[in-house]
Amino acid sequence: MSTDETGQDGTGAPNTGAKSAAAKADIHGQGKGLVQLITPSGERVSHPEFDPWVQDITDEQLCALLEDMTVIRRIDVEATALQRQGELALWPPLLGQEAAQVGSGRSLRTDDFVFSSYRENGVAYCRGVDLTDIVRVWRGNASSGWDPYSINMATPQIIIGAQTLHATGYAMGIQNDGADSVAVTYFGDGATSEGDVNEAMVFAASFQVPVVFFCTNNHWAISEPVRLQSHIQLADRAAGFGIPSLRVDGNDVLAVMAATRVALDRARRGGGPTFIEAVSYRMGPHTTADDPTRYRDANELEDWAAKDPISRVEALLDRKGLLTEALKQQVKVKADAVARDMRTGCTTMPEPQPMDVFKHVYSTPNSWLDRQQDHYARYLASFGDPAEAVSEEGAR
Amino acid sequence: MTQMTFARAINAGLRKSLENDPKVVLLGEDIGALGGVFRITDGLQKDFGKHRVVDTPLAESAIVGTAVGLAYRGYRPVVEIQFDGFIYPAFDQIVSQVAKLHYRTRGAVKMPITIRVPFGGGIGSPEHHSESPEAYFTHTSGLRVVTVSNPQDAHTVIQQAISCDDPVLYFEPKRRYHDKGEVDESLDPLSAMPMDQARVLAEGTDVTLVAYGPLVKTARDAALAAEDEGISIEVIDLRSLAPVDYDTVVASVRKTGRLVVTHEAGQSGGIGAEVAASITERCFYYLEAAPVRVTGFDIPYPYSKLEMHHLPGLDRILDGVDRALGRPNSLSGLEG
Repeated sequence: MSTDETGQDGTGAPNTGAKSAAAKADIHGQGKGLVQLITPSGERVSHPEFDPWVQDITDEQLCALLEDMTVIRRIDVEATALQRQGELALWPPLLGQEAAQVGSGRSLRTDDFVFSSYRENGVAYCRGVDLTDIVRVWRGNASSGWDPYSINMATPQIIIGAQTLHATGYAMGIQNDGADSVAVTYFGDGATSEGDVNEAMVFAASFQVPVVFFCTNNHWAISEPVRLQSHIQLADRAAGFGIPSLRVDGNDVLAVMAATRVALDRARRGGGPTFIEAVSYRMGPHTTADDPTRYRDANELEDWAAKDPISRVEALLDRKGLLTEALKQQVKVKADAVARDMRTGCTTMPEPQPMDVFKHVYSTPNSWLDRQQDHYARYLASFGDPAEAVSEEGAR
Repeated sequence: MTQMTFARAINAGLRKSLENDPKVVLLGEDIGALGGVFRITDGLQKDFGKHRVVDTPLAESAIVGTAVGLAYRGYRPVVEIQFDGFIYPAFDQIVSQVAKLHYRTRGAVKMPITIRVPFGGGIGSPEHHSESPEAYFTHTSGLRVVTVSNPQDAHTVIQQAISCDDPVLYFEPKRRYHDKGEVDESLDPLSAMPMDQARVLAEGTDVTLVAYGPLVKTARDAALAAEDEGISIEVIDLRSLAPVDYDTVVASVRKTGRLVVTHEAGQSGGIGAEVAASITERCFYYLEAAPVRVTGFDIPYPYSKLEMHHLPGLDRILDGVDRALGRPNSLSGLEG
């Protein structure tokens, strides 16, 4: 906000200064109106409205959710290590957001379709992605890790918020087909400022299509805090579009699952879109190229570390007497195996071939590109070894 | 053969596509009950229903973005952008998504989306209603860009565009909507001339004159007028702007040795620049003179009282032909 010399902002209202900004910051945290079923200390608290939606979750399934979250964290740590070791060019960590991704991802049906951002690698894991495919893009070997139809999850979107429109359009198709599957789109707090996200909610409401807007409020859009994006809680924005919303503790896997099931159920019954705000925190950097110490306070990180999604499920299982050495060992073995497979897949991935750059630009022959392709093939052939044709700075 | 207007010919083509493929859906503003502001979709919602001819809220990015989602689901969306100057809010979805998803997904996801854009000026409209934004899109790989200049092509090419598995921008010259022509509705789009081929409209020996969309008619009129002065102009309707069918243009220029390209869009970085450069590369030793561009100016589209100064007309095109032929012309005596 810019202020003029009289200390007032452009609206002519008195400049209320830092005190007001601090007060507003609180509204985005885990406070009022938040659905929570497991407290940070691992206590299962009852919630008459949402308990019924997760009453079928057995102890065994709770252990499976713990395993999922632990595996995903292990994937995240391993990928970060691969980046530091030069095996990946970049990685967008999801540390701290495991419950939001597993609670929602494990609520979906196979025939539901996910349109996500680049940070939902945990959701991709829940969809059954091949582990090598998770890192393919980040190694620079392809622009897409997987065939979207193989796991019913679109190629993760890098343009912020663009995928929300794709989900809405896909849901229009579901509606036309008379199916009861759902399109689910994931995006962050920063994306809520994008025109596409707002337009997607207009269309979704207008046509009452089966789409779930899953907003992970991780508090930071690179260096910009959520309070810069919105002066009201993100969930409250949905009302302006005529879309019901839920505000849920995004670090509570059961609460996320309950909220997602509510939204999916509404969509399947023809009740239209739902907006979910999962309040969480990005414990790591935006990507491995980011340095969060330049813009955020270490105390904030400490506060959120105390609300960790994995330790609270461990604490809950411990209270139930289920956090046995055998379980811990089983989870660790699984996480290690997944990390090892991913690392092997990453480092043994076949290198793309030079002429691959021309593939799939079009699905039909194109005279312009065919000519360029032909000329470049001749150029490459003029070198004994095609590898000699390029230097650090491009084609010689 | 039936006499019909350009507008009606597109309408009939859309109707055929809707009939032949249940996955074809139309999206746009005012395309339902109203039939579109130019009536191109007249009667289609009534006959095919609100789920196949969809009146959308007013948000161009969303119209194209939801078309992407529908294509993901296996649909074949046909989008109407109401006016050329309204396409820019959708620019990101077109350039970053529609154009790139097939490449991004290594061919797994097809984007058989047709984006219809009424374009060009000459209708006395206020700002944003008369633009020629085609070069923004020809510069974007992954898109096909076509224009139509007569009712028969309008009818056939819209069907070819819709059945194409690649995304196609289909530019309709709105000032020709009411022109009438013979249309053979029984012509099979599969056996008709492919949409990415240029067509030689009139054979000639002295100059090759390349035009597309609204200026094809002007170019033909110019060729007829030039005949009176004993100048033989070969007129080519480019039809496809991405890719350009250079084989047809090269064959013509190798014969005539001279090239004039004309379009309504501004000159710099335009289609004319691309054609002139490519023809120079491929026909350098056949050229008797430098290629000539006769285009709109590098200005925002002007207010309607002055638009005819901006739009290349018959006389400006003939002035360009004179330049190519080294005959006296408005720039005689100027160097470079």
